[in-house]
Amino acid sequence: MNSLQIFLIILAAIFLILIPLSRSFAVKYARRTVLLLVAALMLMPFIWLICAAFKSTDAMSQYSFLPPPSQISAKTVNLGNFRSLLAPQPTIQGPVTFWRYVTNSLFLASAITVISLFFCSLGGYALAKYRFAGRNVIMIYMLASMTIPGVVLLAPNFEVIWRLGWMDTYKALIIPGAVGAFGIFLFRQAMLGVPNELIEAARIDGCNEFRIYLTLIMPLVRPMSGAFCLISFMGSWNAFLAPNIFLQSQNKLTLPVVLNQYMGTYVEHYGVFLAGTMLAMIPPAILFFALQREFISGLTSGAVKQ
Amino acid sequence: MSATPIASSPPIPGLPSQNHPSRKRVGRKLRSRSTPYFFLLPFIVINLVFFLYPLFYATVLAFYQTNGPARRAFVGWNNFAFVLHDPDFHKALWNTTIFAVFSIGLQLPLSLGLAMLLNSKNDRFKGFFRLAIFAPNLVGQVFVGIIFSVLFAPHYGLLNRFLHELVGWGLEQQWLGNPRLVMPAIIIAAMWMYVGFNMIYFLAALQNVDQNLVEAATIDGAGPASIFWNVTVPAIAPVATFVVVTSTIGSYQLFELPYNLLQNNGAGYGPSNSGLTVVGYLYQNAFTNGDLGTGAAVGWILTFIILIISLVQIRLVGSVGSES
Repeated sequence: MNSLQIFLIILAAIFLILIPLSRSFAVKYARRTVLLLVAALMLMPFIWLICAAFKSTDAMSQYSFLPPPSQISAKTVNLGNFRSLLAPQPTIQGPVTFWRYVTNSLFLASAITVISLFFCSLGGYALAKYRFAGRNVIMIYMLASMTIPGVVLLAPNFEVIWRLGWMDTYKALIIPGAVGAFGIFLFRQAMLGVPNELIEAARIDGCNEFRIYLTLIMPLVRPMSGAFCLISFMGSWNAFLAPNIFLQSQNKLTLPVVLNQYMGTYVEHYGVFLAGTMLAMIPPAILFFALQREFISGLTSGAVKQ
Repeated sequence: MSATPIASSPPIPGLPSQNHPSRKRVGRKLRSRSTPYFFLLPFIVINLVFFLYPLFYATVLAFYQTNGPARRAFVGWNNFAFVLHDPDFHKALWNTTIFAVFSIGLQLPLSLGLAMLLNSKNDRFKGFFRLAIFAPNLVGQVFVGIIFSVLFAPHYGLLNRFLHELVGWGLEQQWLGNPRLVMPAIIIAAMWMYVGFNMIYFLAALQNVDQNLVEAATIDGAGPASIFWNVTVPAIAPVATFVVVTSTIGSYQLFELPYNLLQNNGAGYGPSNSGLTVVGYLYQNAFTNGDLGTGAAVGWILTFIILIISLVQIRLVGSVGSES
């Protein structure tokens, strides 16, 4: 019998004792306990990752998390993984440091997010607030196109990019990702709720159509913009397949591609790519905490009528 | 979507110029009429070049054998015949189907269960639980693959140690080296990543359950199980359909997670291809071997499979929903 088993048995025993005393309290207790255990399980890999990033290779195989306080020393817990990770690596394009990949990823994800925020909201506004010949056709086309799985486009798009001469450029990633049916749809849903009277009033005041979009509509759909930015940023930040196929020069690679490489390079010293993974998880986490509320409502807006 | 039929000369909503034409307003009216097309132009152009044309071109490409983008020969249905008879493709399709079945069979009941546990009005810690359970979804599949490649390590892997403490089994298990444990490992990693994501959908759906109906049923003496089947299930059926269909579509496109998880075991596909997925097979053929034609054929076969399964699911769930 080890401490984990004993702990779980005690938790179950408390529940059994509570049942005859107060049924409703026992249920409440069980609910909380289960949620707490699940939450602990879900957070465990994060805690483990943070500990692993700072542990030496020897300490890594010895302790699951951090060594006991008596064993903590510069030998077991140190910045060695980060030092190896951040040291310049020789490549065909000259020495490249890890920060270069961080910058690449940040640039790509931000560029795609900003551009697609603009184009998707603009398209969504056209579909939500104008009536024009062909609108229904476009809407049905967009819905149908969302049902096509993206993988069918992988092989032909490779050739399109190659013929355009965009291999090994960021254009190959930014331009196809600049606007999509899903994003337009999200914004259309959000903008349907903007009262027409507001738009009419702005027109009578002499606002041109683009200014109405930019200064009247966009501020009104800020929650959706927040959700969209997060979804878009995380999608590009975590993208592996397209950057792996289209980018070739080592100094242009993004974090997922490089960390995948490092898994092979640092088989023995896996603390190095774990430290890199930990760093790679920070920007999306910051953005998530900033936009959490918008994100959850945006996620479900397509599926649930609220 | 509005069902209003579009007249040949569409009225522009809220533009008084229709009723009071003046020189200045006629110009603006024309400009207004082209405005929506102008706003949709980026979408139309990008969609034509990077969606509609490649989609059409995928059909052409599927009938050619290619070596990189530059060299090709027409081979008719040979690519399809090759893929459909290739044992590797059978393996990939089998693995992917196993993954899809288990993701839906294990993940969705768990997500719904967690959502129901969380769906209580007065819980100060609701936000924390929701965040903690959702958090793994912030991590991309690549990073989840990297993290779990070490978590599953024999002897010192956290998961092996945890299982050993809990049930006294599995300390030395080679999750990623044993072909029989590779798919379970992928399913566990994906579960960690997606349970919270699906829970968010169910949580939103549960908030739409009519509380008056629940109270009425309770007064009539209905038990929790009866309330669940007769009130909750019909109310969340549309969202459940959505989650089942999107999870299936996502599962059949699985690639990045196993490819990174197994990077050091069988070059991304696991020992004896035990972790090969359909998209992995596509990637191997199109980009490792440079045969884009076969890649396009696999793409179409997968699209066809996904389409059929989604339609069957929508039918099935639809009929269940209308029965209750």
